[in-house]
Amino acid sequence: MRNDELLRYSRQIILEQIGGTGQEKLLASSVFVAGAGGLGAPALYYLAAAGVGRIGVADWDAVDISNLQRQIIHFTDDIGKLKSDSAFEKLHRLNPDIKIERFNLQIDAENISDIIKDYDFIIDGVDNFPTKFLINDAAVFLNKPFSHAGILRFSGQTFTHIPGGACYRCMFPAPPPAGLVPTCSEAGIIGPVAGVIGSVQALEAIKYITETGQLLSDRLLTFDALTSEFRTIKIKHANNCPICGDNPTITELQNTELPTCDI
Amino acid sequence: MKLIINGKEENIAENELSLSKLLTLKDVKFPQMVSVQLNGEFVKTDLYESKILKENDNVEFLYFMGGGR
Ligand SMILES: [Zn+2]
Repeated sequence: MRNDELLRYSRQIILEQIGGTGQEKLLASSVFVAGAGGLGAPALYYLAAAGVGRIGVADWDAVDISNLQRQIIHFTDDIGKLKSDSAFEKLHRLNPDIKIERFNLQIDAENISDIIKDYDFIIDGVDNFPTKFLINDAAVFLNKPFSHAGILRFSGQTFTHIPGGACYRCMFPAPPPAGLVPTCSEAGIIGPVAGVIGSVQALEAIKYITETGQLLSDRLLTFDALTSEFRTIKIKHANNCPICGDNPTITELQNTELPTCDI
Repeated sequence: MKLIINGKEENIAENELSLSKLLTLKDVKFPQMVSVQLNGEFVKTDLYESKILKENDNVEFLYFMGGGR
């Protein structure tokens, strides 16, 4: 490590669980973040700041004024800019030593495997069930660890899939019927909840890479901002899981119709 | 009857009720909106009606959360 790198990362190198070895691991690692929005923004900032050597960021959308209340990687003068470009610029300024890869596209069944196969850890920061299930399925097929998260109103939840452990479909076998569960644009979201949960996702990636502590694997962390309560719920791998169970019914990736976006 | 619902002890007036009845009591309008763990095991949606809860059962409602951006 160079002298300026030792200084940049000194506050985490000093941690006995990270140290120089952990920092080298971070610098040699790669994380893919799907979505440069409410969850992606804090996750991307902290991963770049921590010196994850290669970070992929995918988003198909452009910055809108209604995003700025929570998607803190985008600024007022970014309105109209592609989110992947806006995120790239901030991350590059934060840490020019690392490599940021931009994907200005919508993740789908055709492209996801090719994209995520080259990353060590995946972060789900997307805002719709079809893509959340697609990320799960692709990660299970490719034996990739990933962090799932969802946020709504004043609450959020997150859990980490490790190959062989419980997956998202062990908890939720299939997406809810369209229209039954509201989206953030319909139901609202308080910005710092995205900050809390997205930061936990960054922590999970850092912990996975540096082999530090206990991951949220086989556990779901829920956060209720109104009561200020965090809980973890034990999640058992389900033998009847449609993708990782004993008799899987899902054997290939499938595109599901995305609900139309109401910005 | 005493149940532990999402980590909190609650007294339910009924002494015999099914999981689907509990969902109604808890204002879950459609069973497809949640995933339910009973004493640590996931219960399939089509068994909600026939699953009768007992004293001290531990019920977790896991809510779908689809937001992220
Ligand atoms: Zn599974």
